[in-house]
Amino acid sequence: MLLNDEVKMLRQVPIFAGMAAAKLRLLAYTSDRVAYRSGEVLFHQGDDGDAAYVILQGQADVMVTTPQGELRVAQVAENAMVGEIAILCDVARTATVRAVTPVEALRISKENFVKLLMDFPEMTLEIVRVLAARLSDTTATLSAELAAARHSANHSIH
Amino acid sequence: MFNASLSRYIWEHTRRQQLWILAIVALSMIPYYMAFSLPKTIVNGPIQGDGFETADATQTFLRIALPLPGADVLVLFQGITLDRVHMLFALSGVFLLLVIVNGLFKFYINAYKGKLGERLLRRIRYALVDHVLRFPPATFKFLKSPEIASMIKDEVEPMGGFTGDAFVSPALLGGQALTALAFIFAQNLMLGGITAALIGAQILIIPRMRRRLLVLGRERQLTARQLSGRVGEIVESIGTIHANDTTNFERADISARLGRIFTIRYDIYQWKFLVKFINNFLASLAPFIFYSLGGYLALTGHLDIGQLVAVIGAYSNLPGPMKELIDWDQNRQDVEIKYQQVIGQFAVDNMIASDLHTARRTAEPLDTPLAAIGVRVMDDGGVVSLDHTDFTLEPGEALAAIGPAGSGSETFAELFARQVWPSSGRIVAGQSNILALPEAVTGRSISYAGGDAVLLSGSLLDNLTYGLRNSPPDPDGRAPSPSRRWQLQEARRSGNPDYDRDADWIDYDALDLTGPESLTRHLLEVLDCVDMTRDMQDLALNSTVSERDYPDLAGRIVAIRGQLRTELEQGGLAELIVPFAIEAYNTEATILENLLFGRLRPNSALLDPSERTAFFRRLLQQAGLYDRLCDAGVEIARNVIGLFADLPPDHPFFRQMTFMSPDDIPTYQALLLKFDKSGGVPTEQDRTMMVGLAFEYIEPRHRFGLLDTDLMAEIVAFRRFFHNAIPDHLRPVIEIYDAGRFTDSATLMDNILFGRVSQKYRDGADQVRSAILDLLQRQGVFAEVLTIGLGFDVGTGGRRLSAGQRQKVALARALVRPSDYYIFNRPLTALDNRSQDLVLTRVLSRLRNADRAPAVLWTLSNPQMARHFDRIAVFEAGKLVEVGTPTALEESNGIFSDMIAS
Repeated sequence: MLLNDEVKMLRQVPIFAGMAAAKLRLLAYTSDRVAYRSGEVLFHQGDDGDAAYVILQGQADVMVTTPQGELRVAQVAENAMVGEIAILCDVARTATVRAVTPVEALRISKENFVKLLMDFPEMTLEIVRVLAARLSDTTATLSAELAAARHSANHSIH
Repeated sequence: MFNASLSRYIWEHTRRQQLWILAIVALSMIPYYMAFSLPKTIVNGPIQGDGFETADATQTFLRIALPLPGADVLVLFQGITLDRVHMLFALSGVFLLLVIVNGLFKFYINAYKGKLGERLLRRIRYALVDHVLRFPPATFKFLKSPEIASMIKDEVEPMGGFTGDAFVSPALLGGQALTALAFIFAQNLMLGGITAALIGAQILIIPRMRRRLLVLGRERQLTARQLSGRVGEIVESIGTIHANDTTNFERADISARLGRIFTIRYDIYQWKFLVKFINNFLASLAPFIFYSLGGYLALTGHLDIGQLVAVIGAYSNLPGPMKELIDWDQNRQDVEIKYQQVIGQFAVDNMIASDLHTARRTAEPLDTPLAAIGVRVMDDGGVVSLDHTDFTLEPGEALAAIGPAGSGSETFAELFARQVWPSSGRIVAGQSNILALPEAVTGRSISYAGGDAVLLSGSLLDNLTYGLRNSPPDPDGRAPSPSRRWQLQEARRSGNPDYDRDADWIDYDALDLTGPESLTRHLLEVLDCVDMTRDMQDLALNSTVSERDYPDLAGRIVAIRGQLRTELEQGGLAELIVPFAIEAYNTEATILENLLFGRLRPNSALLDPSERTAFFRRLLQQAGLYDRLCDAGVEIARNVIGLFADLPPDHPFFRQMTFMSPDDIPTYQALLLKFDKSGGVPTEQDRTMMVGLAFEYIEPRHRFGLLDTDLMAEIVAFRRFFHNAIPDHLRPVIEIYDAGRFTDSATLMDNILFGRVSQKYRDGADQVRSAILDLLQRQGVFAEVLTIGLGFDVGTGGRRLSAGQRQKVALARALVRPSDYYIFNRPLTALDNRSQDLVLTRVLSRLRNADRAPAVLWTLSNPQMARHFDRIAVFEAGKLVEVGTPTALEESNGIFSDMIAS
């Protein structure tokens, strides 16, 4: 896959959608192209976050380790971005991402990513939007879960 | 060691030779003067006919007769009777013979004087370095190494030149001058008197005037020496200079110094020519007097005209020797002053006695405790770095010295290792002061490694075995080769030691080893102990070796190639390597490598870069590839400039930029304009630059989409064309890839891979690396590969190694030696805490498990690690404040427990 194709793929990622083509090219060029065989891990929960990944091809599972064992919280495919939270907030990886099919990805290093954010404030805005959406999703899920849990708790009392 | 004056020094060391050469010079005078008078005899006799008045007249040739007391003569040889023509040839033959004899004398004398001078020079230089080796440690605080080096190298140089002339010249020239003067006296007393008076004036005035020249000369010497000291300092502290933006201050300093040197030299020139003028004036005053006064005397009849002519003739022989004599004297004073200057610098108090340095093959161990008795270390400024300390280091114990930097814990370690000398008190082994023990004992029984980790230039092996080269091996009884014998003889004649540097100095018996192979094992073991094995693997895999030196290894490496591929395939990892194949384009390699399908041997002196370029360009043009590559280069330039041109020059993205540096962007922008037909026509050189860009291109890495199957096929086809076209004289320069052959100019790693690691997989390189190491291990070549790592050249001061590696090597260098005491002074500061702890525990367990456990004194930078030791000595503000076992100190609630807690 060539630079031009990568740029087209990046364009599909919401937070890069508004960026000028030249900048996307630069981002693609300065990022590493990496490939994973199915079953290989892009990064582990608890690792230091040093890069974000844009999936160019293939599918990967996002797994979280819980006391009950590993739990799949999402599946990502082409044009998805993973791992950006850890590099934004300087926290350890919150999940493990594992390839389920052969995966090709673009690895954007933390340094380059942060530099991009500084150079293009509109990207930051886009990220805030994505994060906020995720937060509201999570909140919704949580309240639903909570409601469900209360419900079942009530049931068991009665 | 050094006499007070150079003349005496020379006399002391070359007396016999000086007398010999003087005798030879005197002897050489005989044919010299004979050759002088012979032409007259030839012209007057056979040519003009004196004594050959009749056609058949004869004369005797070579009649040798000694006048005896009385009128009698003793005829030794009757001579041969010759006629005029025969006489001419006979005398001419004698003349030729004399010329040859004179030339041979001259040759012998000059060669002999040269040899004498070189021997003395060698003697002085050696003695000076010997002094440096015996300076007490404190001296080095004020020494600038380039100044010392310039004294030993440059300043003593003229002394060698002077040696040959020290006694011969004054004798010879003085004799000549006196003869001429005596002749003048014999002709006329008064004229003789006047000449003597003028010479006296010359002798009195000229050297006196030259005294100022000597003062200036000394100043010139000092300033020049300081200049080399400063230049050395600039080189050493270049980082600091840039960091502080003081380059211009340095420029000013150098300019000021050069200005000073210029002033001195200018002054010297002025004086030199003034003195020359006066000297010439005095010398020509005598003829003036001869002509005027002598002429007047002759006219008035007081002097015979013949006598006057004879005097003038005799005088013409005088100024030459006089001038040379005065020059000789000038030279003498000059080197004399240089000599005194230099030996003044090397006269240092408290030098280590020379008998402490006597080379000894074996030395008794130190089995007594080492005790510090009332030691105190204070520098010249009165700063006390360790105050009155008493302490005993027991054999076999492991002692940790702790305390913050400057607390005295480092000085404490340095004292035991003789790195610093106590200003009062002493360190004793049993009853004897360790400074009074032979260095063969202390230097072998006590091993030291400090944090500064000074490595010498050379290979890793040289550095690791450095501490084992203590004394020259005993002579093996074999007669040395003639050239070696000559070397030995000359060394002795110059007062140099006759140790054979190139012999194997390592005493394998003392190490309990059988020979060099077991030494390698020993070294690798120690390197593993200091956690250097991984570094060694990398060094080895990145080394290049030649098949000639390691034929066996090279063969096995080639055999491993196929195996590696098979194993990777079995593990489903075949994609990790893209192998080289003559009929396939290697996408992970550059276009250039694909074109060559081989490598240029490094440092090929045979190859002129412009010739190489022209040759390669011609081939590419013939193959029709040149224009396509040029187009590709233009495309690359366009892409790169499109990507990076708008970024500010300090943007971190530039780090990912390949092909050109940010500074080159304007150049390539201008070039692109030419290629776009909007700004001129591209020249041949422009096109070459573009092809140069294309050479570096790797498709999966740069992803500009420039390679299509067509171009790749053409490049592959080019290989054979190129290989056939290489002219014979370039053939040794290019190594063509061959799956069945070792490539000398490639690293071991590349040789094993015989391909390129695919950049597609993020940890591909690591996976390949561990697969290779695993394979080497199983094939039993691992040790040999590590041995190659031992050949790694560490560079000046070990700069090709990282700081951590340097410290580990320095530590290993100490551990390699069998000692009774090991002193480690913050040896691992460049490592992180985890690695420090790992190395420390490994080293301690290695030493504790030795047959005869040595004592260890380890100054730690992290007090937590003190728990591994038998005893702890705690220092604070230059004082030893606590001593005890770790448990005792922890429970005592003292300073140590505070340190641990914090």
